[in-house]
Amino acid sequence: MPAAGRRGGEKGDKQVVPPAELTSYYGLPVVKETVWGPAIPSYLFLGGLAGASSVLAAGAQLSGYLELARAAKAGAAGAISLSMAALVDDLGRPARFVNMLRVFKVTSPMSVGTWVLSGYTPLALAAAASALTGNLPRAGLAATLGAGVLGPAVASYTAVLLGDTATPGWHEAHRELPYLFTGSAATAAGGLGLVAVPPRAAAPAARLAVLGAAAELTAERLIDRRIGPAAAAYRTGRAGALLRAGQVLAVAGAAAGAGAALLGRPSRAAAVLAGAALLAGSAVTRFGVFEAGRASARDPKYTVEPQRERLREAVSPAAGAPGSSGT
Amino acid sequence: MGFFTDTSVCIGCKACEVACKEWNAVPEDGLLLTGMSYDNTAGLSASTWRHVAFIEQSAVVPRPAADTWADPADGDGDLRWLMSSDVCKHCTEAACLDVCPTGALMRTEFGTVVVQDDICNGCGYCVSACPFGVIGRRETDGGAHKCTLCYDRLGDGLEPACAKACPTDSIQFGPLDELREVAQQRVAEVQDSGRPEARLYGADPADGIGGAGAFFLLLDRPEVYGLPPDPVVTTRDLPRMWRHAGIAAVGLAAAAVAACRGGRA
Repeated sequence: MPAAGRRGGEKGDKQVVPPAELTSYYGLPVVKETVWGPAIPSYLFLGGLAGASSVLAAGAQLSGYLELARAAKAGAAGAISLSMAALVDDLGRPARFVNMLRVFKVTSPMSVGTWVLSGYTPLALAAAASALTGNLPRAGLAATLGAGVLGPAVASYTAVLLGDTATPGWHEAHRELPYLFTGSAATAAGGLGLVAVPPRAAAPAARLAVLGAAAELTAERLIDRRIGPAAAAYRTGRAGALLRAGQVLAVAGAAAGAGAALLGRPSRAAAVLAGAALLAGSAVTRFGVFEAGRASARDPKYTVEPQRERLREAVSPAAGAPGSSGT
Repeated sequence: MGFFTDTSVCIGCKACEVACKEWNAVPEDGLLLTGMSYDNTAGLSASTWRHVAFIEQSAVVPRPAADTWADPADGDGDLRWLMSSDVCKHCTEAACLDVCPTGALMRTEFGTVVVQDDICNGCGYCVSACPFGVIGRRETDGGAHKCTLCYDRLGDGLEPACAKACPTDSIQFGPLDELREVAQQRVAEVQDSGRPEARLYGADPADGIGGAGAFFLLLDRPEVYGLPPDPVVTTRDLPRMWRHAGIAAVGLAAAAVAACRGGRA
């Protein structure tokens, strides 16, 4: 039973917005919480891992890190295959997945993403097949480069997918999420490289992980400072715990990865541990962002407060006409 | 075409809810007692397309001088009971329609927004995009559903079932420009009768959703009724989102290039 007067927010949710002026309808949410299940944050992680791995694979291929390139291609192919399964499975009517392909709409990030994935997935699979079997090397190189070009789009469009909603925690962070997501994708791809190949062959992966972790942490800091009341949804509850864990794993993984692959005596065990931490950190971060959105949709204060504030700002300089529509 | 819902004359009979369910064959949506005044529907969803909100306010409200229904023995009221029948707003700039990746959501010849059930694949994107929390995904069939403004009845020159059933004309149906004129007169009338707090909600084509196809006369702030005070269609910010995503994508490519420089170890 949706209890009367239920105040939103999770256990341990600190009241950041003063409740004095906030009114709501029995504490019920204004916007609907997403109907997406855990398949979607899993996809955010796997799609990012795939996209960034393809970029890393293309770079490693061109700069002669062939062992790393092969591992990154295999990782991208595996991750994108799991992604597609997760995406189809999350539909209310999975058999109608192909209906996505009857239109192309720039106003729908999901439509754009579907077409990007439709181009990217065959290339990623072809690049991996060629690398692992040794067949058709020229076609394999072309596929590697093609996947490398589309990879960044695969890794970044998902931020727009979340930003283009009425979910306050996601929409208010629409400027920062692309950087958070590509950063998180880079740490994941770097982590996979550190796990898959010996440290001496994984130097680009370690460097990518460091750059990715830096971008990720910067974006999270900006979210905390810039997006207004919705930032509380990233700080508190399950989302806050997940994001803090993600930060610790990213920093520890990037530092350990750099230590193992770039500085001093290479250590395989340290590199594998660092890579695992980076992968786990990226996954946990995506679940954290997903949870922040869900929590922000559940609590009406995140929807009402910023809109109220906007109206106050709009009215105060020009003294709006009372009784007309709006306030 | 659209709705003007004048909540100042809503009596909370729920005939609109029932008529909507009956005409559109909308399935049962849970039978519960919520404890929220007389509201046991709780909100709009895939299987609730009209929802009557009941708000009991204990603030002292002076009786309007022209309130002929007031019982003199009551003196100044210490309870105000607000009732309002909520519905899909059929936004002029509709986020659900914008984000739908299959084209299942469409704009009809009446200017309304309708889900084509034979195309919807249940991705659920519209559910998160709606700034009013109207559209939902139905567990039993996996598809998204919401008010159609009785698309089938409009095609036959009939008014929507809820408006037809409303006994006080709280729900009025007609061409939007005519309804807006009626609403402007009505809100002035209600204000003059001693309720200066009366206001229109969703009637302004310059608002964040380009004006609602279903707008309201409210007697308190929108959030009291569970409505967002200043909804803006999320796709207004989409160009900026794509720009940042593009910069981030280029950044990722640049990071990979930088990481691969320095030659073989």
